[in-house]
Amino acid sequence: MDVVTEEKPRSLKMVSDKEDRVYRGVARAGGITVLVIMTAIGVFLGFRAAEALAQAGPEFFLTQAWEPDANNFGIAAVLVGTFIIALVAVTIALPLSLGTSLYISEYAPKNIKPTLIALVDLMAAIPSVVFGLWGFFSLQGNIIDIAKWISRTFGWIPIFAVDGFTDDPLSSDTVFTASSFVAGIVVALMITPIMTSIMREVFSQAPVGEREGALGLGATMWGMIRSVVLPFGKGGIIGGTMLGLGRALGETIAVYMIISPIFSIQTHILQAGASSISSLIALKYGEATTFGMSALMAAGLALFFVTLVINFGASAIVSRSRSGASS
Amino acid sequence: MSSAITTAVPSVELPDTPRRIRALRISDVLSLTGAVVASISMTSIIYTYLAPVGGVVGFFATAYVLFLAAYALLVSFDENMTTVRDRMVLVGVHSLAVTVFVTLIFVVVFALVRGADALPHLNFFTQDMALAGPLDPLTDGGIIHAITGTLIQITIALSITIPLGLTTAVFLNEIPGAFTRFVRTIVEAMTALPSIVAGLFIYATAILIFGLNKSGLAAALAISVMMLPIMIRAADVVLRLVPSTLKEASLGLGANNWNTMWRVTLPTARSGLVTAVILATARGIGETSPVLLTSGFTAAFNADPLHGPMVSLPLAIFQFVKSPEPTMIARGFGTAAVLMIIVVSLFIVARIIGGQTVAKKVNARAKREQWVKDIREIGNAIASPFTRFNRTIRRIIYTIRSRFRSKGNKR
Repeated sequence: MDVVTEEKPRSLKMVSDKEDRVYRGVARAGGITVLVIMTAIGVFLGFRAAEALAQAGPEFFLTQAWEPDANNFGIAAVLVGTFIIALVAVTIALPLSLGTSLYISEYAPKNIKPTLIALVDLMAAIPSVVFGLWGFFSLQGNIIDIAKWISRTFGWIPIFAVDGFTDDPLSSDTVFTASSFVAGIVVALMITPIMTSIMREVFSQAPVGEREGALGLGATMWGMIRSVVLPFGKGGIIGGTMLGLGRALGETIAVYMIISPIFSIQTHILQAGASSISSLIALKYGEATTFGMSALMAAGLALFFVTLVINFGASAIVSRSRSGASS
Repeated sequence: MSSAITTAVPSVELPDTPRRIRALRISDVLSLTGAVVASISMTSIIYTYLAPVGGVVGFFATAYVLFLAAYALLVSFDENMTTVRDRMVLVGVHSLAVTVFVTLIFVVVFALVRGADALPHLNFFTQDMALAGPLDPLTDGGIIHAITGTLIQITIALSITIPLGLTTAVFLNEIPGAFTRFVRTIVEAMTALPSIVAGLFIYATAILIFGLNKSGLAAALAISVMMLPIMIRAADVVLRLVPSTLKEASLGLGANNWNTMWRVTLPTARSGLVTAVILATARGIGETSPVLLTSGFTAAFNADPLHGPMVSLPLAIFQFVKSPEPTMIARGFGTAAVLMIIVVSLFIVARIIGGQTVAKKVNARAKREQWVKDIREIGNAIASPFTRFNRTIRRIIYTIRSRFRSKGNKR
C-alpha cells in the first residue's frame, strides 16, 4: 500500500521581535522620507509657480518672450530651444556612444577593458563647469570652420541656414558662435559617458552561445554584432539614448556659458543665439522680482515634468531589456 | 607554510566568456598603411590646390573620409563584400571610440594645462579674493574661500545623505513589496533630476518659506537633493550583489533581520558602499547650478554655513571666467584644475576601495606572504657566505684559543 503524500512547502510564519520591528520601521521611514522629498520637489515648485501660471494661463505655453513684469512671458521659445540643443546633443552622442560601447564590449583587448570602463565612469563625474570651460575657450574657436562648411553646403536645408552669412571672407565669424550647435556638441560629450555605460552593460549581456553560434556559422565580427548583439541590446540603446536625452534637457552651466540667450524660436542651429529653460533660470534668477521668481518656478516645473516623463520611459525600457532583477 | 598558502587561495572558476578570435595578416597591415598614406597625400593636395574647408579640424575630417574610401578600395581588391563591410565597421568603431576617449581626456587636460599658470603660486591656496581685484597679478589672491566652502558644504551634504541614502537602500533591498517598487521607480527617475531644479526646490522651500538666507547650509541642502538619488541607486546595486546564501545562513542560525543586516550584509558590502558614497561625493562636489541659486556669491572667506554667502569651487570657476580679464580667467582655470584633481583622486580612491573583493584580498595576502618568504630566502642566500665565513673564523679562533689554553694548562 502506498500512501500518496502530496509534498507542499510548510507555510512559514515569521515572528519578528522588537529589534526587528524597530529596524523595519526605521528602514521604512527612510524610504518614506526620500519619497516625500522627491514628491515635495514637484509640489513646492507647483505651489510657487501657481501665481505666475494663473496670471498667464494657457498663453504660458505659447508666448516666446520672457518679460514677467510686463506680464508677457511664456516658455514657447525656451522649451523649443531646450529640445533643439538636446536633439543636437543626442544626434552627436548616439553614434559616439554606440561606437564606444561596441568597442569596449566587442573589440577592446581584454587587458585594457577594465581601464576603459573605469575611464568612462570617471568621465561621467567630470563637473559640468569644466566642460563649459572647454566648450567656451577651446571648442568654439575650432568649430567655426566646420559650421561654416555645413552652412555653405547644406544651407538650403532650413535648419542649417544662417541669416546674415555671406561668403565674403572678411565677414565676421561671430554669427557662428554661441549657437545651439556648439552647445549641443558640449552637451553631447557630457551625456556620452552615461549612454556608453548603459549600452555597454546591455551589450555585454548578449548570450555567449548565440555569439559563438554566429561566429561558428561563418559570420564576420560585424555579422555577429548585427545579428546577435544589436538585436539583443536594442532596448539598451533606446533606453540609454532616452536617459541621455533626459540629462541633455536639464544641463545648465555648460549651456549657459556658451549660448547667447535669445527669446524667440530659433531653429537655425548654426546661428548665434539659442535658449534653454535651465539657462533661462540661471540667467534671470538674480534680477527676478517675486512674480518673476514665480514665473521662473513655472519654467522649472515644466522642465521637471518633461525630464521626469522621459526618464520614466527610459528606465522602463532599460529594465525590460535586462534579464532578471534589473538595476 | 606553502601548503597553508595554497589552501587559502580559492580556485577561481573562469566565467563563461567567448574566445577572442584574432589573426593579423601582412595584407591587413599593408592595406591599412596604404590607405593612411594615400589619404594624407590626397588631403594635402586638396588642401594646397582646392581647399573646400579651412582649419585643422577640416583637414582631419577630409583625411578621414578619404581614408575610409581608400581602405575600402584596397580591401575590396582581395576580399569579398562581406569582409569589406566588416572592415569598415571595425575601422568605424575604433575611430569613434578613439574620438570619445581622446576628446574627453583632452577636456580634462585642457583645464589642467590652462590652470598651470595659477597653480605654482602658493598664495593661490592660502588667500581669498576679498582684497584682490580683477587687475591684480596672480601673486595676489587665491581660492582658500572656495576650497573651505566646498569642504563645508560637502560635509553637511554627506552627513545628510549617507544615513538617509543607506537607510533607503537597505529599505529597497530588505522590505519587498509594491511600495518598495514604487520608491525605487521614483528614485531611479530622480537620478537625472536637472540640477537647476534641485536648486530651485531649495530656493522655494528653505529660502522663501523657512526664511533661511542664501548660505552654505542652503547650498548643502541643494547638493544633498542632487546626491541622494545617485547614492541610493549605487548602494542599492551593491547591496543586491550580497549573496543571498550568506543572509540565509545567518537567518538559519537564528539571527533576526536586524542582526543579519548589521553583521552580515553591510560588512560584506562595505567596500562597495564606500565606493557608492565616494562616487556620489565626486558628483556633488562638481555641481554648480544648485549652488548658484542657493549659496550667494562672495569673494571673502566665510567658514560659517549658517550666515552669509559661501562660495564653492565650481561656483568660483563660474564667476572667475565671467570676467574678461586674463588673470581672472587664469584663476578660473586654476580653480578648475584643483576641482578636477579632487574629483579624479576621489575617483581613484573609490576604485581602489571598490576593487577589494574577498578573493582579491586573499590573493593579495598570499602574494604578500610569498613575497616575504622570497625576500627571506634571498636574504639567506646573500647572507650564507657571510655566515659560513663567520663560522669558519669563529672555529679558527676557537681552535687557536683552545690550543693556547691547553698549552697553558700543560705549563
